[in-house]
Amino acid sequence: MTYVDAPSTERPPAAARRRWTAARVTGLLLMALWALLGLSIVYMLVAGYDPEKIARYGPRILNGIWVTLHLVVLSILLGALISIPVAIGRLSHNPIIGGIAFGYSYFFRGTPLLAQTFLVYYGAGQFTAALKAVGLWMFFRDAYFCAVLTFSLNTAAYQAEILAGAIRAVPSGQWQAADSLGLRPFTTMFKIILPQALITALRPYGNEVILMIKASAIASIITVLDLMGQTRYAFSKTYDLQIYIWAAVIYLITVEVLRRLWEMMERRLTRHLRR
Amino acid sequence: MANYMELLSFGDSGWGDELASGVLVTVTLALATLPLGLLIGFLIAVAKNSTEPLLRNAAHVYTTIFRGLPELLTLFLIYYGGQMAMSALWRLLFGHAFEVNSYLAGMIALALVFSSYASEVFLSAFRGITLGQYEGAYALGLSRSRTMLLVILPQLVRLALPGLSNLWLNLLKDTSLVSIIGLTDLLRNTNIAVGVTKQAFFFFFVACSLYLMMSIISSFGLRRVSAWAERGQGRR
Repeated sequence: MTYVDAPSTERPPAAARRRWTAARVTGLLLMALWALLGLSIVYMLVAGYDPEKIARYGPRILNGIWVTLHLVVLSILLGALISIPVAIGRLSHNPIIGGIAFGYSYFFRGTPLLAQTFLVYYGAGQFTAALKAVGLWMFFRDAYFCAVLTFSLNTAAYQAEILAGAIRAVPSGQWQAADSLGLRPFTTMFKIILPQALITALRPYGNEVILMIKASAIASIITVLDLMGQTRYAFSKTYDLQIYIWAAVIYLITVEVLRRLWEMMERRLTRHLRR
Repeated sequence: MANYMELLSFGDSGWGDELASGVLVTVTLALATLPLGLLIGFLIAVAKNSTEPLLRNAAHVYTTIFRGLPELLTLFLIYYGGQMAMSALWRLLFGHAFEVNSYLAGMIALALVFSSYASEVFLSAFRGITLGQYEGAYALGLSRSRTMLLVILPQLVRLALPGLSNLWLNLLKDTSLVSIIGLTDLLRNTNIAVGVTKQAFFFFFVACSLYLMMSIISSFGLRRVSAWAERGQGRR
């Protein structure tokens, strides 16, 4: 019987190497494609840098960003105000009130925002005499005000659905418990139900803000000079595609920053729910 | 009232036929975009579901871009950018300019937007399918592609359908944007009618009602599709 006491010459198995699977090759190719696209865009922006154009259209674009921002903020806030009675209507057991709220929300969610904007802006022109008589013509003559009005009504319908859905999602036991403690309905709503509902509603609200930023580009069609409007103006003067790319970069950064901020806020507000 | 009815009549004096042909363009555009968007969206979702980080990241870049851009801007980028790129290419190859079809540009732009949202819907549907389904299929000796086709996809359809229904309704509304690049869809024809008749409120209200009608009809159709997809689930 032989007894071998030599140390093994075998090496330990090499760490498993990542194999070149089809998925990996595809992923690499696609990433290379994105990188190429990104680099060519950067190259285009750098090579096409034109101080004269920047001087002429830069301030206009900045002004456009400002217009977009207050258009969105104003619409969201007004929409939030309008959404409260609509949400109450959606939750109401009265078939008439419920029906009206449902009709409102169905109309504004079922038709394109562009068509609604045209309806308000151009449609008001049909009633010039009547609007002048009640002194509202100044309001409807201005494309900006028409855009704010349409966007507020539109986002109110979506926000009402978010709010109503979130309130419905609070378990009915919460209502019953508050009732049995003898709390008034008002107190129950504001101290018990809404704080729980708003946490559910947080994420959809964030989505709605982002959708509104994107939708606000539609205002440019009715001659509001927001970011998109100024971009269209500059493009019509120069036929330089760079301007659209700049606008795309600005929109992307805005949306992405907002999304991250919202995520941070959500994490902070729901920290008591995490284990 | 009779006046309004005449405005909507078919024929030379009314705008009924123009609006009807607009509805047709809107519906066919949405229907043509749907399969393209679903296919790209599904592939992107598969990529996001991959174990390969490179592939996942490539898919996430796609979604970030096309969900972050306003639909209108995507449309303009495709339309004008495509016009410029294709013209340069055509001039190089054939020596003359190239006219980008606004229908095709609209279809591509809408498909990009639709697919980026659809990929998220498909992804969350994928998460709803337990690992046991894959393991069971492999244990039965099904290949990967047949597992996907015969076992996963039928369940995926059921889970993804509510989200996809919403996206279809959004797509139907987003088609209105192509009117701006000159496609004679419902909204464009309405604009023309308004330009001639000066009855802005009336015609835009009719257009809104037609859009509403389209979404109501879609909702009924989608309810039937959903009943079909749920047929294996038993009564609840």
